[in-house]
Amino acid sequence: MTKLLQLLERDCTLTHEELAAMTGMTAEAVGEAVRQYEKDRVLLGYRAVVDWDQTDREAVTALIEVKVTPQRGEGFDRIAQRIYQYDEVESVYLMSGAFDLTVIISGRTLKEVAHFVGEKLATIEDVTGTATHFILHKYKENHLIFEKQEEQQERFVFE
Amino acid sequence: MMDYDKILCGRIKNVPPSGIRKYFDLLSGMEGGISLGIGEPDFVTPWHIRDAGIYSLEKGFTKYTPNAGLSDLRSAISQYLKRRFDLEYTAVGQIIVTVGGSEGLDLAFRCMLEPGDEVIIPTPSFVCYGPLVSMAHGVPVYVETKAEDEFRLTPETLRSAITPRTKAVVLPFPCNPTGGVMERADLEALAEVLRGTDIMVVSDEIYAELTYGHRHVSMANLPEMYERTIVVNGFSKAYSMTGWRLGYLCGPKELIAAMTKLHQYGIMSAPTTSQYAAIEAMANGDGDIEGMKEEYDGRRRFLVDGFRKLGLSCFEPRGAFYTFPCIRSTGLTSEEFCDRFLTQEHVAVIPGSAFGPGGEGFVRACYAASMKDLAEALCRLERFLKSLESC
Repeated sequence: MTKLLQLLERDCTLTHEELAAMTGMTAEAVGEAVRQYEKDRVLLGYRAVVDWDQTDREAVTALIEVKVTPQRGEGFDRIAQRIYQYDEVESVYLMSGAFDLTVIISGRTLKEVAHFVGEKLATIEDVTGTATHFILHKYKENHLIFEKQEEQQERFVFE
Repeated sequence: MMDYDKILCGRIKNVPPSGIRKYFDLLSGMEGGISLGIGEPDFVTPWHIRDAGIYSLEKGFTKYTPNAGLSDLRSAISQYLKRRFDLEYTAVGQIIVTVGGSEGLDLAFRCMLEPGDEVIIPTPSFVCYGPLVSMAHGVPVYVETKAEDEFRLTPETLRSAITPRTKAVVLPFPCNPTGGVMERADLEALAEVLRGTDIMVVSDEIYAELTYGHRHVSMANLPEMYERTIVVNGFSKAYSMTGWRLGYLCGPKELIAAMTKLHQYGIMSAPTTSQYAAIEAMANGDGDIEGMKEEYDGRRRFLVDGFRKLGLSCFEPRGAFYTFPCIRSTGLTSEEFCDRFLTQEHVAVIPGSAFGPGGEGFVRACYAASMKDLAEALCRLERFLKSLESC
């Protein structure tokens, strides 16, 4: 069954009919499996990967290392929850090593992101320190390369 | 004025031009054209393999290699064949690294054939066997494989084609363009015919890694057939390395020695950069093969299912990356079908007739293409088939 998830992870625009043909299932069975995965939140969502640099829209992404004091009985979960509730927060990961949480934030401007970190993130109780790294350029995300790939022009045709 | 027609030898003049090229020439001038015609993987060579090639250049490894290939590569091939196909070939003496599987085939024919010697070639199959045999002064003897036999070569067909002049039989399995495969029992039936004869098997196993639902078996795996078999294989299809031009030949050491002699005069040694990349492919590339195969398998099922839903009968291909649907129900010849499909819908597929006797009535569609292209091609095929009904 992970076959279906693998195919969707690679390309979520595949229709149930296409998935059915590719896996040897019926389209109905695919639909049922997908609904169940969605219900169980194994499948969380379907998103496009956009290169905003090619548009007029300004976009800034920052990766923030956050140090926190874990809470008794709750560990890091409660503090992570308080952070991920913000719309500006794209991702939150619990890390091993020198800091505790990686928080990825997107905003429209540098100022907007800086404001969020200074006013909202750093002021959360139990956050003991932050280090903000602005992302200058995206090369690859979710296995997708942003730069236009050149293709070999002249190809063999005879075989 | 020179009359070059008198300069050229008859053998090359008699080789017919490929009937495929025109489809690509036409397609290249078309907006939004889709090609299911090309017979090569659509993946770029995995990065770690490319990187190994680049690294060898950085280190300055730009000299010739030994004629038979780098010894590390031949060892890697030897281990690979044991690991993946249970074949035993010693790195020294039984393996030669060639410029693609094609050179391997050429060497095999030229080292074995006396003028007039016959080579049995099952068709429909890859277009190079006949011309290579002819250029080696041999006589190609075509035998048809049939959809009802799942495009396998049957012992009856083989037996009926054997004459006192038969020197070799080509086994092009998994087969381009049909997707047919030979399982152990099928090979065993052919082996029954061949044991006790002096007929050699030239086993073109370039698609051996691309089988669906079963592992490839080589004729060389069978008792008393190891000594009668030359295995031709390469890196192009398994590792998506077509442009690196690298293949290999394995067989009895007496034959490999002769082939190495010819190779050293004609080629010297296979490209050095490619050989270093290939060592990496064999050492760490099994996962790449599995990944690509899985991808092909999904597309294969999708395309076969698509043809069948549109009413074209389609043999389920079990190897390589081609489908070979039957288009007789349209009333068109395979060439008419391909011409009109390309002109009307800008999709290139190849007429089965280009692959020798038995190919008429079929077309070859390659599924080494993106799912988007395959889905779009099927949409256009539906429209095309409807247009045929209404006229």
